[in-house]
Amino acid sequence: MGKEKKRNAFRIKDYTSYFITIVIFAYGLIMQMTGHLKRSDSTLLVQIAYGIILAVSLNLVVGFLGELSLGHAGFMCIGAYLGGYIAVQLSGVIANKFIVLLLSMLIGGLLAAAAGLLVGLPALRLKGDYLAIVTLAFGEIIRTIFKNLNVFGAAMGMHTNTIKYDGGGKTSLYIVTFCVVLVMLFLCNNLIRSKHGRAIIAIRDNEIAAKAMGINVTFYKLFIFVFSAFFAGVAGVIYAHNITPVMYSAFSFNYSIEILVMVVLGGMASVNGSIVAATALTLINALLQKNLSGDLASFRYLVYALILIILVIFNNAPVFAPIQQKISPRAIIARARAKKSKPGDIPDEPTDWRKVPTKIKMDELLSTDLQQDKTFEPDKPEKSGKGGE
Amino acid sequence: MTVSDVVLKTEHLGISFGGLKAVEDVNLEVKKQQLYGLVGPNGAGKTTIFNMITGVYTPTTGKIFLEGEPLVGHTQEQINHMGVARTFQNIRLFNNMSVIRNVLVGLHYDERFKCSMIESMLRLPRHAHSEAAMRERAKEILRIFDLEDERNNLACNLPYGKQRKLEIARALATNPKLLLLDEPAAGMNPQETADLMTIVKRIRDEFGLTVLLIEHDMKFVSGLCDELTVLNFGTVLVQGDTDKCLNDPEVIKAYIGTTQEG
Ligand SMILES: Nc1ncnc2c1ncn2[C@@H]1O[C@H](COP(=O)(O)OP(=O)(O)OP(=O)(O)O)[C@@H](O)[C@H]1O
Ligand SMILES: [Mg+2]
Repeated sequence: MGKEKKRNAFRIKDYTSYFITIVIFAYGLIMQMTGHLKRSDSTLLVQIAYGIILAVSLNLVVGFLGELSLGHAGFMCIGAYLGGYIAVQLSGVIANKFIVLLLSMLIGGLLAAAAGLLVGLPALRLKGDYLAIVTLAFGEIIRTIFKNLNVFGAAMGMHTNTIKYDGGGKTSLYIVTFCVVLVMLFLCNNLIRSKHGRAIIAIRDNEIAAKAMGINVTFYKLFIFVFSAFFAGVAGVIYAHNITPVMYSAFSFNYSIEILVMVVLGGMASVNGSIVAATALTLINALLQKNLSGDLASFRYLVYALILIILVIFNNAPVFAPIQQKISPRAIIARARAKKSKPGDIPDEPTDWRKVPTKIKMDELLSTDLQQDKTFEPDKPEKSGKGGE
Repeated sequence: MTVSDVVLKTEHLGISFGGLKAVEDVNLEVKKQQLYGLVGPNGAGKTTIFNMITGVYTPTTGKIFLEGEPLVGHTQEQINHMGVARTFQNIRLFNNMSVIRNVLVGLHYDERFKCSMIESMLRLPRHAHSEAAMRERAKEILRIFDLEDERNNLACNLPYGKQRKLEIARALATNPKLLLLDEPAAGMNPQETADLMTIVKRIRDEFGLTVLLIEHDMKFVSGLCDELTVLNFGTVLVQGDTDKCLNDPEVIKAYIGTTQEG
């Protein structure tokens, strides 16, 4: 019994993601309050916040579910245009800006989720990397559609001046956005650390076994995908409140990849990593934008790419493994725990979910135990067998 | 014997891949709480029969019934919920999860530990209750297999014999009526094999299970199973009493003719 109590007790580890977020938030807020930030910088603060939303929600699909999605910006685009449009309309009816923001976030998120359902339903039922292809196409199609609709300003972009938060109002947008981040983290963390999260990780680990254990694979895949699309939509609505005009060009394939980079850099299936990576990359991007302007503008992508390459190499090259061991928070905690525990103790459960297995394993290719390759489909049942008897 | 005593029944079960018949006209009748063996040389079609029962493959011909309910046409998940659980010939654990989590996944759909997605996401009281109860249950199951002390290790770090046992534990957690074991003793040493025999008998009695098992180890088979079906090239060679089957000249010929072991 004593052991059980310990399990339910307060564990710092479970709250790190909120802690990191609040520190980032508070730092930004203090800098702004004390007048250290220019007006353009408060736009940046909101950017960081929805960057976190985008990265964490994409990590659910890529890291936890193990499916590659290349159209996250597409869902954000839906949220930005439709949620923004609704907010503009609502702002004529409802005076309270705050309620308009919340309502449009909800509706924009739901619309993006509906799009996620439409895309995911066919794509996730197929085996293989269809989701990557379908989401890639989806992102481009959505963008093109909005580019050609006059209601949304067509190629000129959709103006959202009436709902845009400016000057001092920006602080309240910033606060609301960070509250949304915290709510999302709460929901995601709880989901991951529940039996449902376990089922999702089981699917990633071994889909064949998960099916044999009765896990409803299609349902969980679809749920996570739609859930993630919802938050991408919410991020889009926040975008529309932050920046005007909403331009289709912002939600290009490049942006989807940028979000994916945040996920990969922060670590697959690591919520904390995604938060930090989203913050860092958004900052780096903004800094480069500010410092490399004019003639140097063309260097921006070069430097950005270089920084990414260096970070990836540092994260993965064996040469840096010893340094990583010294500075990685995971390793530090593990060492501290090893010192504390007595030899007789059963160590606490390892919760390193970062090892994402590759989908195709050698033994699967070589054995007849269970092959799910299309060419190995059994012959269709005979018609006579289906009839009466 | 009444009809309800028959847990698994297959009628003229057959499957072909690209015109090649892997299994043909197999009729099985496994009774409640029976330990039933499926043997035969390599490539005889034993695993393929498991794959048909569990819905991985749709049979080309024939029917499968679990306690009178037809299984063909249901998805793998549904068939599991109807009461069929299995292990795999090449072990398929959730390798990056701890031992206890592997079993917890098996307990996912247990009525006693229900907790909806919303309840989990909002951390409503039922989440903690169901989670704690699930852990208790998982530990009980692990205890049967003598794996309780390993519960927090990663599944992939277990020695081979324990991995095989964990796979059975995980299958058992789904609360099956019929348990399909594909070469459960493969790669085990004699001591582990003997332990496994005791465990299989024990779970059969405690859980009222019916077990259909594939095994090449004839000692294991003759020590456990009371009835056998011997397959060769996808067709039934002999069927019936274990001793009778194993001494059948046809069976001996099939084994010596195709493999060295056995
Ligand atoms: N998906 C598939 N596609 C094509 N042929 C298959 C497929 N699955 C099984 N077979 C064939 O069916 C036959 C029976 O295979 P199966 O795996 O059932 O044998 P087994 O009796 O389990 O043998 P072992 O003792 O080696 O496990 C083999 O000849 C195999 O090549
Ligand atoms: Mg086999």
